Amino acid sequence: MSSVLAHGGDVAALTGRHLRHLRRTPEKIIGVALTPVAMVVILGYLFATVVEVKNTGGSYREYIMAGVFAQVGLSCIGITAIGVAGDLGKGLIDRFRSLPMGRATVLVSHTLADLAAAALSILLVAVTGLAVGWRVHGSFLENLTGFLLLLGFAYAMLWVGALLGMVMRNLEAISGVAALLLVLFSFLSSSFMPLTGLPGWLRTVAEWNPVSAVSEACRQLWGNTGPAASGSFPVENAVLVSALSIGLLVAVLIPLSLRVYRISATR
Amino acid sequence: MNTAIEAAGLTKQYGGHRALDGVDLSVEAGTVLGLLGPNGAGKTTTVRTLATLLEPDAGTARVAGFDIVRQRREVRRRIGLAGQYAAVDELLTGRENLVLLGRLLRLGRRGSAARAAELLAQFELEAAADKPAKEYSGGMRRRLDLAVSLIAAPEVLFLDEPTTGLDPASRATLWRMVQDQVDQGVTVLLTTQYLEEADFLADRILVVDRGRVIAEGTSDELKRKVGGERLEVAVADGSALAQAAAVLAPLAVAPPQLDERQRTVHVQLPDGMGALASAATALDYAGVTVEEFALRRPSLDDVFFHLTGEATGAPGPREAAKAEASV
Ligand SMILES: Nc1ncnc2c1ncn2[C@@H]1O[C@H](COP(=O)(O)OP(=O)(O)OP(=O)(O)O)[C@@H](O)[C@H]1O
Ligand SMILES: [Mg+2]
Repeated sequence: MSSVLAHGGDVAALTGRHLRHLRRTPEKIIGVALTPVAMVVILGYLFATVVEVKNTGGSYREYIMAGVFAQVGLSCIGITAIGVAGDLGKGLIDRFRSLPMGRATVLVSHTLADLAAAALSILLVAVTGLAVGWRVHGSFLENLTGFLLLLGFAYAMLWVGALLGMVMRNLEAISGVAALLLVLFSFLSSSFMPLTGLPGWLRTVAEWNPVSAVSEACRQLWGNTGPAASGSFPVENAVLVSALSIGLLVAVLIPLSLRVYRISATR
Repeated sequence: MNTAIEAAGLTKQYGGHRALDGVDLSVEAGTVLGLLGPNGAGKTTTVRTLATLLEPDAGTARVAGFDIVRQRREVRRRIGLAGQYAAVDELLTGRENLVLLGRLLRLGRRGSAARAAELLAQFELEAAADKPAKEYSGGMRRRLDLAVSLIAAPEVLFLDEPTTGLDPASRATLWRMVQDQVDQGVTVLLTTQYLEEADFLADRILVVDRGRVIAEGTSDELKRKVGGERLEVAVADGSALAQAAAVLAPLAVAPPQLDERQRTVHVQLPDGMGALASAATALDYAGVTVEEFALRRPSLDDVFFHLTGEATGAPGPREAAKAEASV
């Protein structure tokens, strides 16, 4: 029991450290939120006037918001990656490892603090969305579930970032890879367009992309979609599929990251 | 006296390269061991292994009475580590750095704050305590790093090149601060490239090269290994060199060596002032005009070159000559 408390204290102390970093370098949040906010404005404001979403009846502005939120999750990869790589490069991890701390403490507190950054970015995007006319419909509970799914997805992505940071170490390289992942996964998904027009195999890949599942689930939970279009499993059961894929990602990524942490810190 | 650090046969392999090749060492509690060696000798690897950051491939070690592999956590509770590169969080202030580490070492919020204030005063960082560490100079950063490593009053302190890159004044300050710790009973293992540093701080010195210990002893013992004090006589006129050597030869324990270029004779005399006085008298009596008459103790530099000469490059002719003379 006392050891649980002690570990909690360690996580609190280190999370506090990262939150201080966040306060002293607010550009981190801007880095996460900038692309998605720009997307809201460009797609939701400029494109929405000419694009009409086929088969759904919903407005394009409402359609893309869930996709933009999922993009916030993807851009979280970069912040944790850079934070972890920075600590490794500066020898801070060596110092932390010479303390009698739990082996998960360092990465857990990195991801917890970055989750706060993710939540803040989600808030920024929501405000921008509301300003350009996005609205949620349906029950409060459903709406809330949508945001919780988003946070869960962001949390999984933070662990992708932790892994990336430990493996790549070089800050420029990390920024490059993080940007590539952002573009690849958000455009190969139903974030900004329904997948009905894609050739068969590509459509299957895109439909099973967790980003598609998360954004489709949010659209459904926020009432931002017309009657469901295609009858494929991941689309019809978007909430279930997204929850499961987030769970699966976290279940794989956390133990894997902790293993890599053990190895990479001793290099 | 009990042993604070004890290692036997530490081996660490990186791919095909042996960074540590059977390192044995032992440090008595309350003393300072200096680890001396050229770049790549394995100093950092030794420190990181003893500080439980690396697991040795073979060999065992105990630090503060606990096994570095099986009782890692116990070891970590009792050590402080200042790595080769000052590991401070640049975005946090000096005080915040100290408090963070204090909390991670379970001193509690209040305990950490009190200890931080104490260390800031002790390390002359009070004025900069609430500035972010990125605004610190190299010397301040080093001092902060050392302060952070002392936050939980460790029994054993590991310092990896603590003064590299510091100016002589900051180096002296840091030495004093390390010495303070030793006076309080802390055991220190420090690595260094500066021989004066080992000379000044260390009770015993270990010379490592290519992952092996190649010499061990007090600074005096190591110097004696290279040869005792030698007399250096520089003559005004080069043609008198042979004469000077001939005059000194009967007094010396080994044949004198001549350095034509420097117009100098090196001789090793028996211990004591008597031999020195006779040498001066003999030279004067023979009418040799002496420009310089100096007794020179070998420096740790001589020891270093003598021991690692082959590894660090070709030994100079003088070093080679000395090496021959001492065997
Ligand atoms: N992570 C690593 N991977 C591969 N080789 C390594 C690694 N760390 C150290 N080495 C090698 O092990 C040897 C010892 O390195 P170490 O850092 O202990 O030397 P050192 O005595 O501290 O040198 P310096 O004075 O330059 O700090 C070197 O040859 C180095 O190249
Ligand atoms: Mg080193």
